[in-house]
Amino acid sequence: MSGAVAEAGYAVAASGLRRARRRRRARRTAVLVVLAGLATVLSVAALMMGEFRLSAGQVLGALAGSDDPSAHFVVVELRLPRLLLGVLVGIAFGLAGALFQSVLRNPLASPDIIGISQGASAGAVAALLVGGATGAVVSAAALAGGAAVGLLLYAVAWRGGMTGHRFVLSGIGVAYVASAVVGYLLTRSDVKQAQVALRWMTGSLAQAEWSLVRVLAVALAVLVPAVALLARGLELLLLGDDQAGSLGLRPELVRALVVATGVALACTATAAAGPVAFVAFVAAPVARRLLGDGTLALVEAALVGVVLVVGADLVAQHLLPADLSVPVGVVTGAVGGPYLIWLMATGGRRTT
Amino acid sequence: MALLLCAQPTSTAAAAGSERATSRRGLAAVVALLGLLALALLASLMWGAREIAPGQVWAALVDPVSGDADHHVVRDLRVPRTLIGLVGGAALGAAGALMQGVTRNPIADPGLLGINSGASLAVLVAISALGVTSVSGYVWFAFAGAAVAAVVVYGAASLGWEGVTPVKLALVGAAFTATATSVITVVLLTDQRALDDYRFWQVGSLANRPIGVLTAVLPFVALGLVLALAAGRVLNALALGDDVARGLGQDVVRGRLLVVAAVVLLCGSAVSMVGPIAFVGLAVPHLARVLVGPDYRWIVVLSMLLGPVLLLTADIAGRLVARPGELEAGLVVAVVGAPVLLAIVRRSRGIAA
Repeated sequence: MSGAVAEAGYAVAASGLRRARRRRRARRTAVLVVLAGLATVLSVAALMMGEFRLSAGQVLGALAGSDDPSAHFVVVELRLPRLLLGVLVGIAFGLAGALFQSVLRNPLASPDIIGISQGASAGAVAALLVGGATGAVVSAAALAGGAAVGLLLYAVAWRGGMTGHRFVLSGIGVAYVASAVVGYLLTRSDVKQAQVALRWMTGSLAQAEWSLVRVLAVALAVLVPAVALLARGLELLLLGDDQAGSLGLRPELVRALVVATGVALACTATAAAGPVAFVAFVAAPVARRLLGDGTLALVEAALVGVVLVVGADLVAQHLLPADLSVPVGVVTGAVGGPYLIWLMATGGRRTT
Repeated sequence: MALLLCAQPTSTAAAAGSERATSRRGLAAVVALLGLLALALLASLMWGAREIAPGQVWAALVDPVSGDADHHVVRDLRVPRTLIGLVGGAALGAAGALMQGVTRNPIADPGLLGINSGASLAVLVAISALGVTSVSGYVWFAFAGAAVAAVVVYGAASLGWEGVTPVKLALVGAAFTATATSVITVVLLTDQRALDDYRFWQVGSLANRPIGVLTAVLPFVALGLVLALAAGRVLNALALGDDVARGLGQDVVRGRLLVVAAVVLLCGSAVSMVGPIAFVGLAVPHLARVLVGPDYRWIVVLSMLLGPVLLLTADIAGRLVARPGELEAGLVVAVVGAPVLLAIVRRSRGIAA
């Protein structure tokens, strides 16, 4: 950062445009490095901390396949699945939020606002409270609920093309219906069961297992490259439909694909960990404020998602009283909310 | 310049013509909605677990016989409930219209400023820490929570570069909601007894509220409604963007503050009476926009009338579908209202920005 400033100082003679571009690139690199570094530090810390405390060296050794069996067991069998689940969920929610907010051009458009999370919650809560299901069945029900909302939104909002507000507004309407279903089920069930359902709806990583991580990893291995392929089209789309069209893009098709990818990301992540509060909503605005140059910031949003989920899980597991066993979704909301407010309140002049 | 000069008279004439058309449509809609509202009020007094003929309702209202079961049901159960639905619905509808105007965001609802979550958190504190269990005990907590939330959100949004903007207001409101929800979740996960009370308050209902709840908040609602009616012109100016509004001689900051104050009064009172039912405030302004177009002076008026129609219809439907039990109005209102909202969204091109 200071390097960029110093450089800018020397380059008085250079054109302002080039200087600004260089400064932007430097800032971009700095943000990426800081976020990636933070994610790494938090991940190692997550593997170190717990009942059986390990040193950083032991953790790295266990990951590299050292012959300390107890460290290997603790790291690879107990802590790594939970960490990886957090990382994958963070990536998925961060990307999903960034995709929705940019393609629908509304800073409020995230899966927890447009009904995907509520649909998944309705499915899962119904499975929990009515069907008495557990584990994978609940996940499947959540996936089905989220996907059903996604399809319903297509059916309603797609009419000779899809526009941002139509989609978002339909989504909110559907979200209220799904919330009503959840409210009905919660008030008609036993309090103990209601508490279980509430815990699921907050989002938790405690159920992490290798099998779950594997399924989620496969899903993301398909979806993340899809996002990468769509990113260029999405960037053009932000110039406006006419501009994008004249550059040889089919705006409707790109928009539909982006929304479908976003729905798929949000659904799979929700099925795995529950609708972890606020991650999808906050990741993109934070990433964009950090960059401050009005670009898409997909990678940064994913990293912010990872930092938020992994960091929040650390806090939930180790800094809060253990007998509470607070689910991670409580902390993401409690940390992410004030941070966003602080960002908005102190946000300096944007360069654009 | 010459072009501009000769264009001017025709454009003013056209504007006057469309204004007249809006007024005509607005008046017709107001009359129709008043009729609909009267029907809803009557139905709310007649129907329920026990059906009471219109004549009996009338007799109960003007010439009650003590000891008559029908009269008792009408006077002591259905009249309070209907009045609370009327006032609460009007407050929620108007608050929704104001909210969408001030944030320039068609997806805003009264909950967006963090008002609902602030009220919910305060009610939960009352339940969990202070052991309050009656709805009339919740009222002031809900009201105070709503007010504190609005002050915090508006204050935080006005800090920093460029002051309050619609986007900042919306984002800060959502952030506040997330934080409050986290705290609420922690309390609910640790305190089962609180969850048992809170889950019923949280869905929102008109049932079993004493009339005292209404009289307690009525002055605030009245003030809020007056402010809302006065705010139409401000909202019309704000809709053009801050710069244009300023150019038109509108004091943007003061106008926005006035609108937010009205939202707090309306939404705080409504939430303390019926619980956090935000859907009314989201859906109703859209319906009003379909009826009269984009003029906020009319949208606010129509939203005030549409709100109670929707809320009372939901309440009546909730009483009828599960007899002799009932479904809470807060649950039914989304199920009844969402198809209407989806239909509006689907046919409209106007809000497709």
